[in-house]
Amino acid sequence: MNHQFEISASYKKWTWGLIGVGVVALLYGFIMYHPFAPVAHGGGHDAHHAASDSTRFWAVLLQNSAYWLLVVNASMFFICVTTMAMGGWQIALRRVPEAISSVVPVLGIITFLVLMAIIWGGRTDIYHWLDNEAVKNDPILNGKSGFLNPTFYTIWSAVSILMWWLLGRKMRSLSLQSDKDGQMDYETGKKWIFKNTVWASLYCVFFGLSVASTIPWLWLMSIDAHWYSTMYSWYTFASTFVSGMSLVAIYIVYLKNKGKLEYVTEEHLHDVGKFMFAFSVFWTYLWFSQYMLIWYSNQPEETKYFVERIGTADKSGPYHFIFFVNLILNFLCPLLILMKRGAKRSWSLLVFMGVLIIVGHWIDFYQMVMPGTVKGHPKMYFFELGVPALFIGIIMLVVGKYLSTNSLVMKNHPFIKESMIHHT
Amino acid sequence: MAGGIKKFVVGCFDDEKVLFPAVKQVRKAGYKIHDVYTPFPVHGLDHAMGLRETSLHTAGFIYAITGTTTALSFMSWVFTKDWPLNIGGKPHFALPAWIPITFELTVLFSAVGMVLTFCYLCQLSPFVKKHHFHARATDDLFVMAIECTDKTNDAELQQFLEKNGAKEINVQHAETGWWIGRYDREQKLYREEKGY
Repeated sequence: MNHQFEISASYKKWTWGLIGVGVVALLYGFIMYHPFAPVAHGGGHDAHHAASDSTRFWAVLLQNSAYWLLVVNASMFFICVTTMAMGGWQIALRRVPEAISSVVPVLGIITFLVLMAIIWGGRTDIYHWLDNEAVKNDPILNGKSGFLNPTFYTIWSAVSILMWWLLGRKMRSLSLQSDKDGQMDYETGKKWIFKNTVWASLYCVFFGLSVASTIPWLWLMSIDAHWYSTMYSWYTFASTFVSGMSLVAIYIVYLKNKGKLEYVTEEHLHDVGKFMFAFSVFWTYLWFSQYMLIWYSNQPEETKYFVERIGTADKSGPYHFIFFVNLILNFLCPLLILMKRGAKRSWSLLVFMGVLIIVGHWIDFYQMVMPGTVKGHPKMYFFELGVPALFIGIIMLVVGKYLSTNSLVMKNHPFIKESMIHHT
Repeated sequence: MAGGIKKFVVGCFDDEKVLFPAVKQVRKAGYKIHDVYTPFPVHGLDHAMGLRETSLHTAGFIYAITGTTTALSFMSWVFTKDWPLNIGGKPHFALPAWIPITFELTVLFSAVGMVLTFCYLCQLSPFVKKHHFHARATDDLFVMAIECTDKTNDAELQQFLEKNGAKEINVQHAETGWWIGRYDREQKLYREEKGY
C-alpha cells in the first residue's frame, strides 16, 4: 500500500478556484468599500452610512481570519490532548490533524496583519476602546484600559500566534522525525513518547492561556467592550474545536475515498464523530449558560449583548433570524442526526454534518462580530461569502502540500498497532 | 415460564485469545450459542457471537423525550395556569429558566428507564434466581453455554469444544428464561454474515 498522497487535478482546481474567488472578493472590497478611509466620528446619519462600508470590510476580515485561524489551530490542540492522554486510537489518522495544523503560520500571519491594520489604523468602529476620547470619559472602558490597549493587544496577539506556530512546529517535527529514525525499541519509544508529552503539555498550557481565555476576549469580546461574559472564551473555543474536528473528519473521508489511510476504519471515524457530537452539545451548554447566568442573576445592564442580537419582546432585532439559525445548525442538527451510532459510522453522513457544522459555526462567528461593528445593517452578499473562500482555498493549499510531501501513516509510532486494532 | 428446561453443553475457557476462535468455530459448525458469560466486558464478543445491535438506545431516546415533555408541560402548566408567580418581573412563560430542569428530567427518565429496560432484557429482577453455569464466570473463566436441540449429539459437541481449547466441559439442564422477548432468538446465523 502506498502511503503517499498525490494532489489530484480536481483538488488543485478547487484550491485555486476558491483562492481566485476569494481574491476577486477581496479586490472588490478594496475598491468598493474604501477600507483605508478615515473613520467617521459621530456625525449625522449620513456620516454613519459613509463609514459603514469600510467597517463592513474590516468586520468581515476579522470574522474570517479569527475563525479559520482558530479552527486550524484546534487540530494541534486535538493532537496534544490525545498525546497527553496517552491515546492510541488516533495514530492511524494523526497525519491529518497534523497537516491541518500546518496552516497555522500562514493564517497566523494573515490574521496578525488584519488585526494590526484594525488596531493601528485606529478603527474605532470595530473596537470602540481604541477611541482615547471615549475611554477617558467612560469609567467602564477606563477601568479596562490596562488590558484593552493597543500595545498589550499587539504584543499578546503576536506572542500567541508565535507560540501556536512554534510549539505546533515542534510537535510536527517530532512526528516527522520518527518516520526517518526507523523502528523504535522499547526504551527509545518510551523516551520519544515522554518528549511528545512534555511538548504537548506546554502547548496545552499555552492554549489555555490564549484560546481558552485571553485571545477571544481581545479579538472578539472587546468589540462589545462594555459587556463581558466569563463564558465567552470557552464558547469560542467549543465553537472552533467542533469545527476543527469536522474539518479533520472531512479530510479523513476525502483521503479514504482516494484509497489512502488504509488503517483508518469505521471505528476511528466513529470516535471522530463522537467528538463532533459531544462538542456540539458542549457548545450549546456554553451558548445557553452565557445567557442563563445573566437571566438568573438579574443583570439588565448585561442584556445589551442579547438585545442587539435577538431584539426585545416588542421588536425583534436585525440578527434575530441568524441567532436562531445558529442554534438549529449547531445544536439541533448535530444532536438529532449524529445521535445514532450508525450515523457516526457513515462516511457520507459525517461529511455532510462536517460541512454543516463548519458553516454553522462560521455563522456563529458572524453573529459574534457583526452586531457590534456594522450594527443594524447586516449584509450577506458576494463579499461576505467570497472572503471565506479565500481562507478555505489557503487551507486546502497548505494541507495538500503537507499531505503530499509526508507519509500518511506514522509507521514508527509505538502506538500504531493499538490504533490498527482499535475497536469501540 | 417461557423458556422451560433445556439441555446445555457448557465449555469453559481461561483465555480470551482461545475464546474468540472457539466462538467462531462453534457457530460455523452450526451449534447455537445460548450465551457466553465473562468476568468482565469483552470488546467485540457481541460481534463475534453474531448478536444483533441492542435496542437499548432507542428505548433510552424514547424515555428521554418523555422526560423532556413531562418537564416542559408540567412547568408551563404550573407557572402559567395553576400558580403563576411574579419572579423579578420576568414573563410567566420563562423558558430559559426551565431548561436546566428539563435537562435533568430528560436525563433522569432515560437513566432510570434504561436501567429497568436493561434488567428486563437481561431477565434480571429481585427474587429471581438465575442459573449459574459456572461459579468462576464471575472470577476468571469465560463460560460458553451451547443450547442442545434434539438433533444435537452432545458427546460429539463435547469433543469439539475440547478440540477448540475448552478447559472444562459438562452438560447441564437449566431454565433458560422467565420472560418473553428472549435475546437468544435474535442471533444471526454464521452463514448469514458478511464474508462467509
